[in-house]
Amino acid sequence: MDKLQATVAVTGMNATDNPAPGVAVARSLRHEPGFAGRVIGLGYDTLDPGFYAEGLLDGGAILPYPSAGREALRDRLHRVRAEMGIDVLLPTLDSELRAVLALAPELEQSGTRTFLPTLDSLERASKTHLPKLGEDGRIAIPPSEPVLSAEAMGKLGGKYGYPLLVKGVYYGATIAHNESDATAAFHRYAAQWGLPIIVQKYIPGEEYNVAALGDGKGNMAGAVAMRKTMLTDKGKGWCGVAIENDKLTEITERVIGALAWRGPLEVEILRDTQSDDYHVIEINPRFPAWIYLSAGAGLNLPYLAVLLALGLPLPHPLPRYRAGTMFVRIAIDQISDLATYEQLSTTGTLRPSRKEVR
Amino acid sequence: MAIQAARLRELALSDSGFVFDPMTGHTFTVNPSGLQILRWLKDGAEPEEVAQRLANEFELEPGEDPARDVQDFLMQLHECGFVK
Repeated sequence: MDKLQATVAVTGMNATDNPAPGVAVARSLRHEPGFAGRVIGLGYDTLDPGFYAEGLLDGGAILPYPSAGREALRDRLHRVRAEMGIDVLLPTLDSELRAVLALAPELEQSGTRTFLPTLDSLERASKTHLPKLGEDGRIAIPPSEPVLSAEAMGKLGGKYGYPLLVKGVYYGATIAHNESDATAAFHRYAAQWGLPIIVQKYIPGEEYNVAALGDGKGNMAGAVAMRKTMLTDKGKGWCGVAIENDKLTEITERVIGALAWRGPLEVEILRDTQSDDYHVIEINPRFPAWIYLSAGAGLNLPYLAVLLALGLPLPHPLPRYRAGTMFVRIAIDQISDLATYEQLSTTGTLRPSRKEVR
Repeated sequence: MAIQAARLRELALSDSGFVFDPMTGHTFTVNPSGLQILRWLKDGAEPEEVAQRLANEFELEPGEDPARDVQDFLMQLHECGFVK
């Protein structure tokens, strides 16, 4: 079988102790024996660690921050495409999805495919609207409400009781044990990500994460479940293990079906250890930072996303992933000369070096 | 106590006594007699039968009660959700 020769641009090259998923997505593509294409890394800072990972990228480019607006992003993507050729664009950050979605038809016309949810699906999966997804009773979701002020949040503290969960609109979650904790978290997330802040009833239990792909027609095109076995002080998974749990798969299929989801997503599911009930606590509209585990365990979801974006058939049957496959993250110092930094600083672009530009 | 036989059957047992629960991702270790008890329970043996086999196949210390040992082990399995 011929290997796939496409050029895939992946955003989110930041990889600190709260990493973006981009490096993991790029590594997944590199890991795939059926992929012989090029990977272009897109980031927002010249020091994004993914740009410096040896053997990871065939090229890279700095994007304007989302706050610069869609026009700036469009111009930049067109320039990068003209320079490097991009067949598929895989955005990996929540904060850039709406802009890429708005540009998707135009990108497609110029030959760059995406594989993204509709704006309606995206809105319905957002933290703000998540409780509505559970209204028909098929998906259990803990009560939650968006709030615009610390005072309103205090009232919810009275309604739900403490502890309760305080979440930023894009990222971050804090278990607040009292009103003072909740107020501090409110102001922290409001300053970082803006309003609203989401307040969710706290349910004690064990959390599982499912990375999956929806085909846009209500079907699940693949999923890998995982339990984090070690967290950083920011609550990010530092180690995890692939698991096989039919309930998690069923719930994820229901979520994808209800949203007619197209593209990657991560479903965070909590099992109430007292009642054994499962609750969907969050849906992230992108691959998670731990997605390289999917490739390592045998079901390479980023590669499947590229196939779907290009309208190519998926392997049939899909390979089964190996439960028990672990990931253990590592913080290492990468050594680089000044050339990469120089290129990114002066031109905003990292020239392909591994293979010829088309 | 009701043994969750289907859940026990899912467990991956290693000869070293390392046990992996693929449904939750939890791991734990058991000693050789615990490993053997798990294997018998996975095969569907009842606790009384397990205690009898334990008495037959392991050298027990004077005063050791295999039935009590099995009950203690089942209590630990209960805490892990394999016995309700």
